[in-house]
Amino acid sequence: MIRPIARWLPALALTLAAGAVAAQNLTIGLSTPVTTLDPHFHNLSPNNAMARHVFETLVRTDEAQRKLPGLAESWKALSDTEWEVKLRKGVKWHDGAEFTADDVIATFKRVPGVPNSPASFAVFVRPITGITAPDKHTLRLKTATAHPLLPSDLGSVLILPKTVAETAKTEDFNSGKAMIGTGPFRFAEYVAGDRVVFTRNDGYWGTKPHWARVQFRMITSAPARVAALLAGDVQMIENVPTADIPKLKSDARVGLSSAVSNRLIYLHIDSGRETNTPFVTTTDGKPMEANPLRDPRVRRAISKMIDRDAISSRIMEGQAVPAGQLLPEQFFGTSQKLKAEKYDPAGAKKLLAEAGYPNGFGITLHAPNNRYINDAAVAQAVAQFLTRNGIATKLETMPSNVFFSRGTKLEFSFLLAGWGAESGDTSSPLRALLGTFDSSAGMGAANRGRFSDAGLDALITTALTTIDDTKRGLMLAAASEKAIDLMGLVPVHYEVSTWGTRKGLSYRARADQYTLAYDVAPSK
Amino acid sequence: MSVFVLRRLAQTLLVLFITSVLVFGGLFLVGDPVEILVNPTADQIEKDRARVALGLDKPVLEQYLIFLQGTFSGDLGNSFVYARPALEVIFERMPATLELAVLAMLIAIVLGIPLGLYAGLRPHGWGARTIMAGSILGFSLPTFWVGLMLILVFAVTLGWLPSTGRGPTQEFLGLQLSILSWDGLKYALLPATNLALLKLSLITRLTRAQVREQSLLDYIKFARAKGLSRSRVIGVHLLKNILIPLVTVIGLELGSVIAYAIVTETIFAWPGMGKLVIDSIFQLDRPVVVAYLMVVVFMFIVINLIVDILYSVLDPRVRLSEVKG
Repeated sequence: MIRPIARWLPALALTLAAGAVAAQNLTIGLSTPVTTLDPHFHNLSPNNAMARHVFETLVRTDEAQRKLPGLAESWKALSDTEWEVKLRKGVKWHDGAEFTADDVIATFKRVPGVPNSPASFAVFVRPITGITAPDKHTLRLKTATAHPLLPSDLGSVLILPKTVAETAKTEDFNSGKAMIGTGPFRFAEYVAGDRVVFTRNDGYWGTKPHWARVQFRMITSAPARVAALLAGDVQMIENVPTADIPKLKSDARVGLSSAVSNRLIYLHIDSGRETNTPFVTTTDGKPMEANPLRDPRVRRAISKMIDRDAISSRIMEGQAVPAGQLLPEQFFGTSQKLKAEKYDPAGAKKLLAEAGYPNGFGITLHAPNNRYINDAAVAQAVAQFLTRNGIATKLETMPSNVFFSRGTKLEFSFLLAGWGAESGDTSSPLRALLGTFDSSAGMGAANRGRFSDAGLDALITTALTTIDDTKRGLMLAAASEKAIDLMGLVPVHYEVSTWGTRKGLSYRARADQYTLAYDVAPSK
Repeated sequence: MSVFVLRRLAQTLLVLFITSVLVFGGLFLVGDPVEILVNPTADQIEKDRARVALGLDKPVLEQYLIFLQGTFSGDLGNSFVYARPALEVIFERMPATLELAVLAMLIAIVLGIPLGLYAGLRPHGWGARTIMAGSILGFSLPTFWVGLMLILVFAVTLGWLPSTGRGPTQEFLGLQLSILSWDGLKYALLPATNLALLKLSLITRLTRAQVREQSLLDYIKFARAKGLSRSRVIGVHLLKNILIPLVTVIGLELGSVIAYAIVTETIFAWPGMGKLVIDSIFQLDRPVVVAYLMVVVFMFIVINLIVDILYSVLDPRVRLSEVKG
């Protein structure tokens, strides 16, 4: 009788051990392909998120984009143009060497000069004009002018060891040779367009991740990603399609984690051209010489015609929050006074009549159809609301690779787009979307409506050179209020990002839409 | 024969040249790669830097000439996104696509020819009717829908096969292949079946039509009259004669499975060339798209050449030197 049991014991032990190992393995389905592992080659969210498993920044941001000490223990402004950064002691690179100030200096030197980079990180180190290291764990940074965004810039540059920063080429990262970081995971495998595999760094200085081995699989087709989650082939997926959310909510096998993101979906309106904006016509479809969009009352009327609650709840299935300003209230530099505009057809009619267009006019809305969550459907809803309320609106959607080129060439009069404030504060959308277009000053880089207001420009410029956080926050709030008062853009909603996990797991959902394996944990 | 091959090669060069002009010009019209590649928050200085780094600051004609110059030394340019030679990026993904395509065609041929033979020989039986009705379904159901249904049934509901992705690979003749082990093969079964359905229907119908036509010809009647066994009549005389049109179709279909498995590769997250080219088109990674289409055109030309040569092997009456065009 004893014998058969004894024969089974080893097998049983093996099964149990395999169970324990499997419990420490995690497979995640990504929606967008990672194009490289070089942390300074292509500034693209999926790449940035992936690199953050192996490499770290001086300043970290938490799930709500608040700044936390990373490889830097502390940072402070010594004067308007000089900063001191204290580095963390006792941090080891994956090859065992010690992390010091020299590594940071070498990294900052590499960043602006990565060959053939299609989207570099140069913008984050450009303000730094001088960098010295008084000792192994202290850095002094100089800037040409007061630059309060320095800590947030430091949050965007991943630090490499000196030897890697000085010699490694982009292909060395993709092959894994240069993948030496300080982060919670070590590099294991990368198959372009297919998967990335990491293993836990047991020597990590911070909280060690729960997972011994993490595999990211690129599953770009949304229904296939959901199927992979349901089949249990992956334990977590990002970008759950909105159409599947009600079904997944009632499925006992999976759980959902979501957070309001830093991405605003907005309408840009051509207020730059004084006459003959390309897509505005009279009510009977004839070309129109005057540009009605220059009148803030017309822009306000457009805003009042949109039922944001309906768009968020119906088209977005609750995966959006109606927006009244540039970022959700909990972010830095927002105003507590600005609320999402209420649907008010009567008020809109009144404003249009006051502006001299009681019978409305005709317009075409342009929008991308593969860039934001349900972008084409949202644009269609906006066009229908406008048409119903007196502005006959046609809709034209196109793939984003066509849309952005044409938008930047100012070929549109009225467009729907999105803005993710990666810095986590309103200075980014204020400067890029609402500042008067001026390429040398770096203002209005994405101002495709060519909105311009001297008073607002002055507010933004002062805020961007005010080191004191409290003062700057108030200035940015005031600038947001002014921009919305003049309707420099019409906010529609903030996207909510949703991750799906197998039951028993949960994800600390992030505003920056990054998918990070160390933030996945068994739910308690 | 060598004159024939040489003439074909000259034509190939001309076709490749025209393709490169069309694709290069077409992508130039679609949009500005810099707008897609730079981070949306980038300022003008960064946009200008990227434009210079990618060589997009030059006039388009000059960009094309630089490309042509590189082409003659076998360099089709560097991918904007991957910072590696475009051909290298494509060839790295090729084994995944090839194994999927070959597996799909094998399924289609191994099932299609017998099914077609059966349906052709007993055209009025219920078996033949079922096969023909099934082949209509195979033709008309959209690939993406069938793919999702396969995932839903075999991966989500039954849990027999993995839903997406490619299994572990092993090296074979210098290629990384996954279908040589069961662990890898089970990942390939669903996508290969999905790819094979359409081809299976096509081959079944074509075989049936050929059988119906050839069965009435004199040489079959004569063979029967001579008292040859039924299996010899079908297996040797009939089969050999229906193979000629089948080889043409199978050759071309193999090409199209390799080149245009895009939908299946996307649904099943299969890391092949089709998925690569779709991603590259969205990112306006022009070198990869141009190189991909040049590779595809070249492949079709080679397959055509092989098909023509096979003709002469299968049918001694065909002389290659007579084939013009």
